[in-house]
Amino acid sequence: MSLKGKIQKFTITRGEGETAELADYEIELDEGMVVLDCVHRIQHEQEPDLAVRWNCKAGKCGSCSAEINGRPRLMCMTRMSDVVDETEDGKPIEIRPMKAFPHVKDLVTDVSWNYEMAQKIKPINGPDEMNWEFNQNEADRVQQFRECIECFLCVNTCHVLRDHSLFDEFAGPRNLVRLAQYEMHPLDQEDRIPEIKKEFGVEYCNITRCCTEVCPAGIQITDDAIIQLKERVVDRYYDPLQRIWRTLTRQKVRY
Amino acid sequence: MTEDYKKYEYDVIVIGAGGAGLRAAIEAARSGAKTAIITKSLLGKAHTVMAEGGCAAALQNADPRDGWKVHFHDTMKGSKWLANWQMAEYHAKEAPDRVRELEQWGAVFDRTPKNLINQRNFGGHTFPRLAHVGDATGLELIRTLQERGIHEGIDIFMEYTVRHLLKEGDRVTGCVAYTRVDGDFHAFSAKSVVLATGGITRVWSVCSGSWEYTGDGHALALWAGAELRDMEFVQFHPTGMVWPPSVRGILVTEGVRGEGGRLTNSEGDRFMFDYVPEMFAGDHAETIEESDQWVEEIVSGKLATVRRPPELLTRDVVSKAINSEVKAGRGSPHGGAFLDISHRGEEAILKKLPSMHHQFKELAGVDISKEPMEVGPTAHYVMGGVIVNAESQETTISGLYACGEVASGLHGANRLGGNSLSDLIVFGKRAGEFAAKRSKDLAQPVIDDSQVKSAITDMLEPFNNEGGENPGLIYDELREMMQAKVGIIRTKDELDEAIEDLKTFDTRRKSAYPGSSRKYNSGWHQALDLKNMVDVSYVATLAALTREESRGGHTRDDFPVPDDEYWGETLNIIYMEDGEIKIRQEAKEEMRDDLKDAINEVKAMIAERAAEAGGEN
Repeated sequence: MSLKGKIQKFTITRGEGETAELADYEIELDEGMVVLDCVHRIQHEQEPDLAVRWNCKAGKCGSCSAEINGRPRLMCMTRMSDVVDETEDGKPIEIRPMKAFPHVKDLVTDVSWNYEMAQKIKPINGPDEMNWEFNQNEADRVQQFRECIECFLCVNTCHVLRDHSLFDEFAGPRNLVRLAQYEMHPLDQEDRIPEIKKEFGVEYCNITRCCTEVCPAGIQITDDAIIQLKERVVDRYYDPLQRIWRTLTRQKVRY
Repeated sequence: MTEDYKKYEYDVIVIGAGGAGLRAAIEAARSGAKTAIITKSLLGKAHTVMAEGGCAAALQNADPRDGWKVHFHDTMKGSKWLANWQMAEYHAKEAPDRVRELEQWGAVFDRTPKNLINQRNFGGHTFPRLAHVGDATGLELIRTLQERGIHEGIDIFMEYTVRHLLKEGDRVTGCVAYTRVDGDFHAFSAKSVVLATGGITRVWSVCSGSWEYTGDGHALALWAGAELRDMEFVQFHPTGMVWPPSVRGILVTEGVRGEGGRLTNSEGDRFMFDYVPEMFAGDHAETIEESDQWVEEIVSGKLATVRRPPELLTRDVVSKAINSEVKAGRGSPHGGAFLDISHRGEEAILKKLPSMHHQFKELAGVDISKEPMEVGPTAHYVMGGVIVNAESQETTISGLYACGEVASGLHGANRLGGNSLSDLIVFGKRAGEFAAKRSKDLAQPVIDDSQVKSAITDMLEPFNNEGGENPGLIYDELREMMQAKVGIIRTKDELDEAIEDLKTFDTRRKSAYPGSSRKYNSGWHQALDLKNMVDVSYVATLAALTREESRGGHTRDDFPVPDDEYWGETLNIIYMEDGEIKIRQEAKEEMRDDLKDAINEVKAMIAERAAEAGGEN
């Protein structure tokens, strides 16, 4: 069914921090709109100073994360036809900023914590010679992690951060994916297991898979990244045979 | 009212954090310069992230017959012989090592059976040449540079917008910015400034660009006294989405055609066979059978023994062809052409074109593994930009450098797909290297308070209005006007009208009312962006009006053929004098003899292949 001409109500967070409140708007819809189009229409027709962060409007940059009707999603990839369907007739569609991060204004939050955490991760450390050789199967394991668009919806959803605010103890799903990407790179020689256990607190994750559910890139964050890292930590710290191997050879175990 | 501002001192300031800016900053920092990046967005969000198909470099992994000379030839030919040949030479020679270096910094490109970086076919490239990661190569490139860049000791100012370049006499000595989040002001002293701000395509309503593409760097350079060239040449990528309306313009990668995608009209004809221009005659398959054989060979990992499908002609050619088909009444239901890849099967499509599959499924409800896409031209890239020295990337103003899309020269009248990502890393590195080198012998410039104050006054101007038009509406209308009058096909009458319209927009933008808050106020940002958008639109229109011929990304309905004798040898140069934008013509530089020999060598090789494959040619 075409939505063209339909008058749709919205309720959107306006203001800053503690004093922010929901405000109501109404616009006329066009065919094929996504939620971000509606926010832009409100901006261009009613409220020029409505704050919203966005860049590509094509699901590639991960800037326009928000909670639409309570579900964390990218505004640019959420079709109005779906949202109208899931919203009770006559009720407004609700758009709020991500809850886990400090609020800046309207739909914008301060996500700088993710960048600070990324800085603490040791970069790739591979051979000095150019023309690295590895096959497509080895590439496949890592490429999935590199599809991350840094929308931080996973971080926003993670209980450890959203509900328990363990921002000092836990790296969060996005940066654990980054760690997995390096750890599983076929030619990387760096050892990051000690900090994955300590500073990055991988053991805080209790595998509820909420992060995986909201990932717009479809990355198997829990199964393919976090659990793999957890296993490596277990092997390192709790497996006596591996401990002996490392003491004797002074080498990291290859998987 | 005096406004406070914060002061900073750096050796090198890079404006922009896309591929070119990050690469420049990494090089500057590695050369020992105290370096900062100023970016309008968060790190890793710049327009580079949207690049899909790949990064062109003659690695010779997928086809050993490739080499720098062939890449050089293809780039020059694709540019309709207007590119700066010295840039094209550096680019072709240095791109392979820049790509291999990305791999050492963590990029994981798709592999060949021999475990090396794989390469795909693209329009205008004689051999498979594009290093790629599925159809999300830009993401790989920017993330790799981002992850390298944060460990190089670079200071990164996120969500800061630069509005003014500071000058001391004839040289650039820094810049002034506001923060998007708080609306505070900041002045940076810098011995060298590198512009890496990307393009201008947001001035067209159907475009593939992100909001950032408002021509900031083009305008900053122009205002500071630097010269621009080739601004009439705008690449309308042939395949943007056309339906539904809200996604119109979003890019559909050329990789679809590189993987064997077929373009058809409403009558089911493979119309590209009818649009092969004279300069490409004999280079492409002449029958559907030859075309299919090429796809079959490429798909099975063999070296091609026949010529490529005409769908892989350069972007300017394919865009105009689609435009003509629609005009002739043979368009798809929503005014485009059909692009079909479903014959490759679901498994191959999910592997090679995953984000296209996702994009169409999510945004248009189309499963491209089963049905054709509808596609049409979208404003994608500006070949024109700030004139730079080929070796150092310094502009015509001392202390100011430019690299990436904001710079000009490499692409002439038309850019080949895949030559943008390679442009970013080749010339980003050069810009960073030379900007750092220059800064070594210079004293730290003093920040001129009066210039900063006047820049701040300009930035605050929109708040002096008490009520007025919503900047967003002016923005929308400006883009519609440019789309209608300075689009893919141009005429003198419409260009004249556009020039007049732009004067009105310049008046209207001054009355825009963004509300009163300086905190993350998109309306205020847009009101300021409108000034550069009007100026770069004017620049592009003026250049288009002046070039009375059709060539590459500039098509005049009233001058439909190339004028090789005059315009084939001449460049439009844009500059500002006494606050007025002006244009003059300059002859292009004669190519070095050894490069002419290289071109002839490649031409002979291509003719030989055509003779083998086509018989009658």
